Amino acid sequence: MSRSPNGSWRSVGTRPVRPDGIDKVTGRAVFSADFNLPDALQGAVLRSPFAHARILRMDTARALALPGVKAIITASDLPEITEDQALINGQPPDFRDMSANILARTKVLYEGHALAAVAAVDAKTAEQALALIDVEYEVLPHVIDVQQAMAPDAPVLHDSLITQGITPAPSRPSNIASRHEQVHGDVEQGFAQADIILTEEFTTQPVHQGYIEPHACMARVASDGQTDIWCSSQGQFMVRAYCARLLDMPLSRIRVTPLEIGGGFGGKTTVYLEPLAVLLARRSGRPVKIQMSRADVFRATGPASGSYISMKIGALNDGTLVAAQGILCYQAGAFPGSPVRLGCMTAFAPYDIANVKMIGYDVVVNRPKSAAYRAPGAPMASFAAESLIDMLAQRLGMDPLELRIRNAARDGTRTAYGPRFKEIGYLQTLQAAQAHPHYSAPLGQHQGRGVASGFWFNMGGQSSAALTLNEDGTVMVTTANPDIGGSRASMALMAAEVLEIDVDRVRPEIADTSSIAYSDLTGGSRVTFAVGMAVTQAATELVASLQQRAATLWDIPVDQIDWREGCAVASIDGKQEILSLSSLAAQAGKTGGPIAAHVSINAQGAGPGFGTHICDVEVDPDTGRVTVLRYTAIQDVGTAVHPSYVEGQLQGGAVQGIGWALNEAYQYDDNGAQLNPGFLDYRVPVASDLPMIDTVLVEVPNPRHPFGVRGVGEVPIIPPLGAVANAVSRATGTRHVDLPMSPPVVLRAIQRAARRRR
Amino acid sequence: MKQHICTHINGEATEFLCDAADTLLQVLRDNLRLTGTKEGCGTGDCGACSVMLNDRLVCSCLVLAVEAQHSQIETVEGLANGDSLHPLQQAFLDHAALQCGICTPGLLVAAKALLDHNPSPSESEVRFWIAGNLCRCTGYDKIVRAILAAADNMRTTHDGAQS
Amino acid sequence: MQYQAPTDLADVAALLASADGKGRVMAGGTDLLARFAAGMPKPDVLVDIKHIAELMDIEQASDGSFTVGAAVCGAAISEHAALCSAWPGVTEAMDLIGSVQIQGRASLGGNLCNASPAADAVPALIAAGAICRILGSQGERQVSVADIICSPGKTCLDSDEFVVSLYLPPRPPRSADAYLRLIPRSEMDIAVAGAAVNLTLDSADVVVAATIALGAVSPVPLLVPRAADVILGSKLEADVMTRFKSVVSASCRPINDKRGTIDYRNHVAGVLAARAALIAGKRAAREGL
Repeated sequence: MSRSPNGSWRSVGTRPVRPDGIDKVTGRAVFSADFNLPDALQGAVLRSPFAHARILRMDTARALALPGVKAIITASDLPEITEDQALINGQPPDFRDMSANILARTKVLYEGHALAAVAAVDAKTAEQALALIDVEYEVLPHVIDVQQAMAPDAPVLHDSLITQGITPAPSRPSNIASRHEQVHGDVEQGFAQADIILTEEFTTQPVHQGYIEPHACMARVASDGQTDIWCSSQGQFMVRAYCARLLDMPLSRIRVTPLEIGGGFGGKTTVYLEPLAVLLARRSGRPVKIQMSRADVFRATGPASGSYISMKIGALNDGTLVAAQGILCYQAGAFPGSPVRLGCMTAFAPYDIANVKMIGYDVVVNRPKSAAYRAPGAPMASFAAESLIDMLAQRLGMDPLELRIRNAARDGTRTAYGPRFKEIGYLQTLQAAQAHPHYSAPLGQHQGRGVASGFWFNMGGQSSAALTLNEDGTVMVTTANPDIGGSRASMALMAAEVLEIDVDRVRPEIADTSSIAYSDLTGGSRVTFAVGMAVTQAATELVASLQQRAATLWDIPVDQIDWREGCAVASIDGKQEILSLSSLAAQAGKTGGPIAAHVSINAQGAGPGFGTHICDVEVDPDTGRVTVLRYTAIQDVGTAVHPSYVEGQLQGGAVQGIGWALNEAYQYDDNGAQLNPGFLDYRVPVASDLPMIDTVLVEVPNPRHPFGVRGVGEVPIIPPLGAVANAVSRATGTRHVDLPMSPPVVLRAIQRAARRRR
Repeated sequence: MKQHICTHINGEATEFLCDAADTLLQVLRDNLRLTGTKEGCGTGDCGACSVMLNDRLVCSCLVLAVEAQHSQIETVEGLANGDSLHPLQQAFLDHAALQCGICTPGLLVAAKALLDHNPSPSESEVRFWIAGNLCRCTGYDKIVRAILAAADNMRTTHDGAQS
Repeated sequence: MQYQAPTDLADVAALLASADGKGRVMAGGTDLLARFAAGMPKPDVLVDIKHIAELMDIEQASDGSFTVGAAVCGAAISEHAALCSAWPGVTEAMDLIGSVQIQGRASLGGNLCNASPAADAVPALIAAGAICRILGSQGERQVSVADIICSPGKTCLDSDEFVVSLYLPPRPPRSADAYLRLIPRSEMDIAVAGAAVNLTLDSADVVVAATIALGAVSPVPLLVPRAADVILGSKLEADVMTRFKSVVSASCRPINDKRGTIDYRNHVAGVLAARAALIAGKRAAREGL
């Protein structure tokens, strides 16, 4: 772990070709739907056409009688999950809900809710069988809007749902699953000091993660019950744990082999198909493959919560923020568990504000159960907060970056959600934004520039890594986390750095659940930080072993041996002796056998991440169409291990945020059925919608990581909502508070503003 | 009744049996196990299943397999020449133009079609040409750069060979 | 489903007739296969018309007229320099449909017979005064494109009839057309509203002939002669265009749906038509005297 004299690392910070690259540009990489077994059956899932209905009767007899149908399962085939089994270590998810989500029990709670699954000799037969399953429904009134769902007379989704976090507990069930309150200082007093108070209401729509690879899996169950699952997910150990709990199986009975994952963004941190495939495979005695269609993906997975947010800030005339208050109502979907608490925590985290009070409501509605999406809960809350900050800057006639600098959280700032920040780089992102040529570039007619910032905690967590030295001196780095965006490359770089060898001598692999110890899933921007820490420690242990082996060969004390440039080095009788990694590997048999290191840790000390984005737009005043002209994403990334993939995280996150801001939204008909379950009308950004996304990597090292790494994947989706909204608001001279800012919405705002001015 | 189709895939004479309603994508992936061509939507909206059919870029999910009779099909598996990568494949690697990699095969096939048709595209021409290929990871920046760099590289190599 | 790919024009009508209403013509298949994927019932007989020479040809006659085979794909249309130069509006409308991948398959005939109110090529064809050559077991007929679509998803063709080609008439000098549509993204969307303008100028840049057709603002693509009357005799001056815009907007009969609202469509159709008229005017003027 030596820094070269010029302060740079030997491998960390370089941009080699990623180890899995060739497979991915030649079509050889095996993604979930690419995996086949010769005698596999095809599965299909029956989904509810109704948003809310009681299941009066379900009869699978006609479907089972169809030639080629080998097995059918319904909720009655899932074990009943008792209350004490509902949570693992008292933490969400709630497995009773998850069980009812993967196969509806007494009620269907959204259009697309799974009811039954079929395995048949081919996909066509399986589809035909679905049509032969007789279901009698009692259609119930439904609710999809969060504010309507909170109304006292709203249709209630769960008869047993009593709001948590209110004392005394309500006596009647409602759709409000929980109330969360976060208090810092005294907001009443804060607002009393304020010279300016701004209040606004904001809405955002649910958006889908939009990974291009639909969910798919294969399961095989041996006659002794030993179960294999092949799938793409954000964590093979997550799939194993969830399947085991849902199907009441010991973990040792299940092996999950991770396949390449075609995007996740948080949406693949749960299971939908895997338990069904296992049950069907168990019943049929044959492997079962199930794949979702794109419509299934839209109707039954994800999305991120939609929200209604009421927010208020108070400031002094010099721009000092003295109070902030918010009420955040997030759609959880059909089961509790929106990330509203995280919204409360992150909204004003970039700022040093003495008095903050946030109240969050987690609200169930007849939509698919929401799932994590990149910085879950933060973008919508940040959109509201950053819009208000921009409104304040306009009111004060102050530069919006200046205003943020005045209030920026710094080292030692106590956050509204509790801890004190240490060694953060928020201010540096603001200064980099000010200094960037983008910020001073001239704007034309109908154009506007918006800035916004964002904060994410970043995570550590349980992580495992195994390093093994091959007989020829090359090194295997085995970890347990699916590689979504280039993490194999960063693991290899960190191992090479410690071993002081070229990165092409390091081969990273991702193991199945039987081949390595547990790791938390890929999420929370934790892999490069936490798994990287495990890899680094394992590499350090490997070096220690190698030094020990050299000591044995040279017969000198180990403390006389250095490790330099991939070699054990010692001065023996005044002469420098060298044993290379290859020769130590070749002689391993003589010195005690194979050389390996396995490290499992619970990594602590993740460094918080901050980003600031600048966005220029042009608005067509006659149609309301918004074009993003220029975009710059600036972020404190700690240390960029592979800068290209760090830039890629910033660019990809920014564009997902742009989509959220401009055109992405679920649309429903009056019956609560989704109108746009496809990429034609669910409008993710396409290449021609965008300019290049410029990036600035600010590197304020995280002192609690050997290479200074911070997570980077989540921050970049937070600022775009505010940055685009602020740009559109400035371009049109009117504030935009509802997302997405689709052409009709923007035009209506322009026309309203024109009428007001008249 | 199954239909017997004789076609050429990546220059190889290939035969398969299919139903009239099977799509070319289904046959490529399920019958021929050419799983480099991906299914992202099945309705022609994402481009992950892009292939060349008789020198036209198409979504193989919107082509019937029976239409492949006596045709020429090129897929991502045919891009590299043995173990030597196509300049576009190399450029995607060098420019980190992929993150998860699921859209990559379709984008490579589409980009090759572009450069065959227009060896010197502008940034805007690249962006509009690949508008039918959704990528959710990269924000397209590095993809566009990789395609422009490959075009540059191919022109230089070509010009060099001629001079 | 049975698949047939005749090579002879005469066989198509016979195959359709023998299917007894359960036949379906496929050109590029980009709408049809997407609908199959969404679960729409398949026909008994699918007749692929792409192996018939007449359907895959673009011909320019000595009088300047064009005959475009109904199954010629968009990419081939865009590659036809003479057609693009004579009918920039028709060809750009075709080119706007879907991605490059879709352009490799989609055709004018398919876009027309799919009979979507939002079809991009149809308003442009109507404004151009295009005429369909239709063949059936009872013989041949010529029908103006404006009369083909009866209601969303339905054409006036009998079950054994199909479109062979589209005829674009010869045009006077100083004529040009243009098509614009509004979509939320820059590509890949279905039109929220579309407007095609075809016009002819005299030597003093006065509009002497004009046809305006709109898409996605009524159950079927809409001809707006009232709007054409506004610009006839004008030089597309600003005050004329303001009036033109409001006449266009007032002529729309759209619905609220997932792609747009009534108010928005009315407004935007006027904006697009005015912009398209100015583009067409500029193109016609460029043709010189």
